[in-house]
Amino acid sequence: MSNEPRQKTYETAAPSTDTRDARMGEGMDDRFNSKLREAFGASPFILTKFDEFMNWVRGSSMFMLQFGIACCSIEMIHTYAIKHDLDRFGAGVPRASPRQADVIIVPGTIVSKFGPRMKRVYDQMPEPKFVVGMGSCTISGGPFQEGYNVVKGAEEIIPVDIHVPGCPPRPEALVYGVAKLQERIKNGESSPVVVKPYELEEFGDLPRDELVQQLADRIDEEDLVMRYNWADSP
Amino acid sequence: MSTGLENGLEVSEDDLETLIGDRALDREDHVNAPGFVVRPDQVQEVLTDLRDEAGFDHLSCLTAQQYENRYESIYHLKKYADPTQEVSVVVPTAVDEPVSQSAAPVFRTADWHEREAYDLVGIEYDDHPDLRRILLPDTWQGHPLSLEYDQEQPQVVTLSEHENPVQPDHHDTESDTMFLNIGPHHPATHGVLHVKAVLDGETVVDVDPDIGYLHRCEEQMCQSGTYRHQIMPYPDRWDYVSAGLLNEWAYARAAEDLADIEVPEYAQVIRTMSAELCRIAAHMLALGTFALDVFGDFTAVFQYAFRDREVVQDILEDLTGQRLMFNYFRLGGVAWDLPEPREEFFEKTREFLDDLPAKAEEYHNLITANEIFQVRCVDTGILEPEVAKQYGCTGPVARGSGVDYDLRRDDPYGYYPELEWNVVTEDGMDNYSRVLVRMQEVKESAKIIEQCIDVLEEWPEDDREIQANVPRTLKPDADTEVYRAVEAAKGELGIYMRADGTDTPARFKIRSPCFHNLSTLAEMAQGEYIPDLIASLGSLDIVLGEVDR
Repeated sequence: MSNEPRQKTYETAAPSTDTRDARMGEGMDDRFNSKLREAFGASPFILTKFDEFMNWVRGSSMFMLQFGIACCSIEMIHTYAIKHDLDRFGAGVPRASPRQADVIIVPGTIVSKFGPRMKRVYDQMPEPKFVVGMGSCTISGGPFQEGYNVVKGAEEIIPVDIHVPGCPPRPEALVYGVAKLQERIKNGESSPVVVKPYELEEFGDLPRDELVQQLADRIDEEDLVMRYNWADSP
Repeated sequence: MSTGLENGLEVSEDDLETLIGDRALDREDHVNAPGFVVRPDQVQEVLTDLRDEAGFDHLSCLTAQQYENRYESIYHLKKYADPTQEVSVVVPTAVDEPVSQSAAPVFRTADWHEREAYDLVGIEYDDHPDLRRILLPDTWQGHPLSLEYDQEQPQVVTLSEHENPVQPDHHDTESDTMFLNIGPHHPATHGVLHVKAVLDGETVVDVDPDIGYLHRCEEQMCQSGTYRHQIMPYPDRWDYVSAGLLNEWAYARAAEDLADIEVPEYAQVIRTMSAELCRIAAHMLALGTFALDVFGDFTAVFQYAFRDREVVQDILEDLTGQRLMFNYFRLGGVAWDLPEPREEFFEKTREFLDDLPAKAEEYHNLITANEIFQVRCVDTGILEPEVAKQYGCTGPVARGSGVDYDLRRDDPYGYYPELEWNVVTEDGMDNYSRVLVRMQEVKESAKIIEQCIDVLEEWPEDDREIQANVPRTLKPDADTEVYRAVEAAKGELGIYMRADGTDTPARFKIRSPCFHNLSTLAEMAQGEYIPDLIASLGSLDIVLGEVDR
């Protein structure tokens, strides 16, 4: 304790700042003069559009869907795990449920049996949602493009925002892809749907061609089906 | 018939001829084994005799294919006691009525195999317990590997089986059971497996793995690629958890036997070393994901396992130029020599091996010594050795049930016979044993790599032959058939190939160890609790790319 008399706390309305001033010492107070403050200018307030703010928030904290399909999912796990650590970029919370996820990374080949399921998973995600196609298979079917059972790219079923080429892409490439997605989200861009011929629809709504006639006694009218027109595929 | 033929004792071709007798319509000669052609209505009889009288207790693979004038199912039989003894049973059926007797009552594993043959080629099996499609959707039209299949025709796939599991109609009010869908998008299924489970309270009453969500036509792709270069990239994508080189070896071995190529010894040492590095990486992933499944450890064990995988992948990247899809083996050798400077590569690898014992100790402390882990794993998912054999289990799954079967030792290839190492078996038959086997196999692999490095260091510089002289276009003689297997990360990975005189195989069939291992899931999980089902599934260490191919 010093021998100075204590500051008067009565008969005055001024804030008692003596202790604080004493602790801060002489000269300028630079505790708040951070880079951020400099960027903001003189006032501690930011003026922005709410849309822009929301885009910034969305891009900076993305919840990824824990969604493994094929080979690329191994590299995707490596991207999440030690060494590459996608979490550093504000995109590292894999959610097991599509209802809690913003971003779906499609890591692998999509085959006919899985197509409707992927569509369903995608439909279950809340808006706004984003898709990163990882690997050549999600671009064109990749090395399996000629296969009788392979969907020629994820974009045949769901819209894709970012394509990361490679077979499989290195974790660095995926990190770059995610960073690019963040940039796009921040700028408020969203991807136009390019090709999307495959939809889930009720079996009864399909045109009654030969194939549908054949299957008529095996599938109920209300059942959801996906019809693959392989001949029209790219 | 004398019973002295049982077990591992040598059975000569003459003995087999007498055993099969008049039932053999014809003889065929495959590169790996003698083939007997039998009538489609005598399959069970012949297979039972071969199993009980001659000791062929391992139905390694079933290949189905269509010729211009007939369909053919080939049963590739082996012995667990001595896999070098092989015999093929060839069953031709007519084109207009492809019906053959099922082998499912003799070998349980034939169940799934015949479903696959029906699905892809279109052969029907009489007496089969449940003949329906296995890889393709139920509503698929046509059989894609048959000759008249039109790939352009449209297909309709339903989503009906995907209904909400808690819907009222999934409740069976009389027996008080509930139907539960697990997957195909579920963290515990290690990819896109769909498990249909029927529960009574928390007990599993029935479980039916529904596969085919990653059936990407690997066999068709290989049938349209040339032997020399175009097939080799595909094996990497079967068992894709860094086990690529082990898979490449399966194709390399089969094709080299088919075309009679001799591999230089130096290349064999490199192959052995790199393949074992892959095995370590693959087992690390198995360990990490199993810990994740069983006690939800996303932080420590999982990340440690991935840390160690990164080191292995770095080494493999130095060697092959790739992290995951190596494409490093060539027919008759490997693509290129060790990276220069060699000393640096050896040092890096040695450093990894030196760190391994401490890391293994860490894993033991974290995993196998963990009480929660033990409660979850010891005595759950029991797989009796006889059941394992019936289902054609191999690899760590079989060895965890005490089946002493490892092709690296029993059907030697590569540089393995020259090295000192042990085959690990455990007698526990449970999930815990399978984990222990994998952890010990990592140590054995480390031993092998260490010895290989010693050999490579000593190898004279002017004798480093990495590839045999193989013609640019390889055209094996028409109608030569071969079935060859290697010990991949998950077990016996076999390839059947039939040459037709062109530079692409006429039939390419993959015998996937995971396919067999997964088929035991029902045996292991029925009557157990549902968390044990998850643990059992994890301990089988399946990779869907290999199950579905």
